[in-house]
Amino acid sequence: MSSQDIPEEKLPAERASAPGAVDVADEKNPFADPGLPPHEHRIQDVDERAAKRSERTVALLFTVSMLATVAFIAAFVAIPVDKAVYVWPLGHISALNLALGLTLGLALFCIGAGAVHWARTLMSDVEIADERHPIEASPEVRAKVHADFRQGAKESALGRRKLIRNTMFGALTLVPLSGVVLLRDLGPLPEEKLRHTLWKRGKLLVNMNTNEPLRPSDVAVGSLTFAKPEGLEEHDHDFQNEIAKAALMIVRLQPGDIKDKRELEWSHEGIVAYSKICTHVGCPISLYEQQTHHVLCPCHQSTFDLSDGARVIFGPAGHALPQLRIGVNDEGYLEALGDFEEPVGPAFWERG
Amino acid sequence: MSTTTTSESRSRGKAPAGERVADWADGRLGIYSLAKANMRKIFPDHWSFMLGEICLYSFIIIILTGVYLTLFFHPSMNEVEYHGSYVPLQGQLMSEAFASTLDISFDVRGGLLIRQIHHWAAIIFLAGMFVHMMRVFFTGAFRKPREINWLFGFLLFVLGMFTGFTGYSLPDDLLSGTGVRFTQGAILSVPIVGTYISFFLFGGEFPGTDFVARFYSIHILLLPGIMLGLVVGHLILVFYHKHTQFAGPGKSNKNVVGMPLLPVYMAKAGGFFFLVFGLIAALAGIASVNPIWVLGPYRPDQVSTGAQPDWYMGFAEGLVRAMPGWEIDFWGHTLVLGVFVPLVLFGLFLGVIALYPFIESWITGDKREHHILDRPRNAPTRTAFGVAWVTGYMIMLIGGGNDIIATHFHLSINAVTWFVRIGFFAGPILAFIITKRICLGLQRRDRDKVLHGRETGTIKRLPHGEFIEVHEPLSQEALHTLTAHEQYKPAEIGPTVDENGVERKVKGSEKLRAKLSDAYFGEDAQIPKPTVEDYKEITSGHGHH
Repeated sequence: MSSQDIPEEKLPAERASAPGAVDVADEKNPFADPGLPPHEHRIQDVDERAAKRSERTVALLFTVSMLATVAFIAAFVAIPVDKAVYVWPLGHISALNLALGLTLGLALFCIGAGAVHWARTLMSDVEIADERHPIEASPEVRAKVHADFRQGAKESALGRRKLIRNTMFGALTLVPLSGVVLLRDLGPLPEEKLRHTLWKRGKLLVNMNTNEPLRPSDVAVGSLTFAKPEGLEEHDHDFQNEIAKAALMIVRLQPGDIKDKRELEWSHEGIVAYSKICTHVGCPISLYEQQTHHVLCPCHQSTFDLSDGARVIFGPAGHALPQLRIGVNDEGYLEALGDFEEPVGPAFWERG
Repeated sequence: MSTTTTSESRSRGKAPAGERVADWADGRLGIYSLAKANMRKIFPDHWSFMLGEICLYSFIIIILTGVYLTLFFHPSMNEVEYHGSYVPLQGQLMSEAFASTLDISFDVRGGLLIRQIHHWAAIIFLAGMFVHMMRVFFTGAFRKPREINWLFGFLLFVLGMFTGFTGYSLPDDLLSGTGVRFTQGAILSVPIVGTYISFFLFGGEFPGTDFVARFYSIHILLLPGIMLGLVVGHLILVFYHKHTQFAGPGKSNKNVVGMPLLPVYMAKAGGFFFLVFGLIAALAGIASVNPIWVLGPYRPDQVSTGAQPDWYMGFAEGLVRAMPGWEIDFWGHTLVLGVFVPLVLFGLFLGVIALYPFIESWITGDKREHHILDRPRNAPTRTAFGVAWVTGYMIMLIGGGNDIIATHFHLSINAVTWFVRIGFFAGPILAFIITKRICLGLQRRDRDKVLHGRETGTIKRLPHGEFIEVHEPLSQEALHTLTAHEQYKPAEIGPTVDENGVERKVKGSEKLRAKLSDAYFGEDAQIPKPTVEDYKEITSGHGHH
């Protein structure tokens, strides 16, 4: 670094004027520092009546604050917590919240306004100059500290007794490991959990809204139906975790419109079932454009083409939505013919 | 008791009560030595110096209201059926966290107000820090000796973002749950360890039943604890370094000119706390923020359209939305670049701001203390760099709201996204060039004003018919202020041959520094400020029109 230090003369000259000094602009330097400008009196400094007016203004502000606090308490006691009022342009809002917010705001604001007005009109506004001192210690102090440190280090014999030093460093390096090990039970290992969902051969597709098993006739062309595996109920303990992987979206296409060969094979009479969980970062996909068979994730706008293997046609998602192979059982209900063949949701390192 | 002590205690007893308390405290804490240095400490006046105060006060407001909220909030993901007073959600299954947030909003009198003050103050805290950092950056207040305080401030901004995020995730509503899912997806994208971090953070698969309680301890204890320490350190350093000031008559690098802490700044700053608190309280009274009851409880298979994070997370949101979905599969593994690259960019883009003071001091090689602020125009390259950074940030903020922009202005979402993708690279470059030109233009104008005086608007007709505008020379105060700034010369690579004629090797870093220094301080990067000679030559009449 030192070879790259810039020589002093390359740096701009330090401003010379001493604090508070008044340099007269002379022939030599018209840009010299003229020093602090003379203090200009405010009207309150010269006219006692104006000062009295300021005093009354400040006192009035503090008084308004007191009244506002009384009003706050009154509102707290008097207004029912569930009363709504219509206030233009805010709409229907909680009367209590509005009253409490405005009175508390006024009480606080008036204290502030009073204090600032007091400071600006009645306290001295004469500018004062304070000297600065260098942050760095003087060379003597610096030398003393360095010497003290060397003395202390020498007395500790840390450098000489290497055995102590090395074992101490060893002990200090190892001891935090206990803390790291303790974190182990924060959660289970991932294992294969991200690869499996509740879907398996024979599970019926249950309509999310009606909680009834779906028949092919329930799925109309142009509509988007959400489904869950049979047996998964909202009250179940692990409902949230399971639905986060198993949520399904079902649409009916004209079989002739399906461009992807495997998609056609895994469908039933044009009904296709795809994972509802976006492969980008896991939002549920919920917007369906029936003319184009595109679905859009409302979070980050990844767009998938359901008529073409749900491949990504726009946005930040990295791969197509997983498809669930479906069929119809003997009683005419839609059923799964297995689990998803690939992990649903966002990609991860072990996904492959 | 001896007579001397009684007489002494009696003489002490005559002193006013305040003085006796102060004496008592001084005997134990040594407060007089502290007060000697600080009670009449001078603070310079400038409107931009209050931006930091807004941050400090909103931080205090957040802590005060946050403590209140902990008295009512239940950080639990146990599923309960709601039976509170908000009719539309009665009978619904939801987590205790969501139910208790509803109770705070509808059943605790004043609970909604405190919740909204807490949330508004957080939004203002982050916005205040952003603008405060811009003030410090563009005026060069981060230079020696204040680099460490810049780092403290930077850390406060970053930790503030994560405290805000963990905070608005606590109610476990549909919107925040979606944000948590996004975070979990981003964690999954981290190579090798991502899946493990996710399982450890969420106690298993997403969403699990742990994250509200864990976010809660992070939000109310871990992060605010660190931030409180940083705020205290930040303030101690502000006091220790003394405040910076702009150049002007009577102001130098060796003094600080302004009003004393007692009484003026005590009243102004103390009063300002109440002004900020009052305005936020009124805002919380009239403007709803994060109405979780509209959104409903979180379900991983449900979502609302137009999902937006709080503004300070919009930049990260934009990065994730704009990035193309690149994924590389190899040897049974997936490298999720589409999500991981934004994650890394997020860190880098913020990190460069943390390092900037050290980069600039390396380029200038200046090791002196700087207490006089730069006017942004007088540091054109720094200013241009700052504006370029802000431009990149803002474009990603637009990117984070690309759906909102598209629906409000009837634009194609694809077009908005492509604009963001290109704009993220082109915008900062354009902003850099334009800002630098503007700075140089303003420097030229300052130079003209110094040398030719200010335009008076008075038109004079000369005897031979020519019209001229009368220019009035500037006062000495103005002349001094406009010429007080320092101008660096570009650093040169020293002689490559030493006195013995032996060639030395020029290091790559030296060459890089010379190049950067030329970009910062070369002929095209600043207008030479007028010298005394320039001034005298013009004012002495030669060449004066």
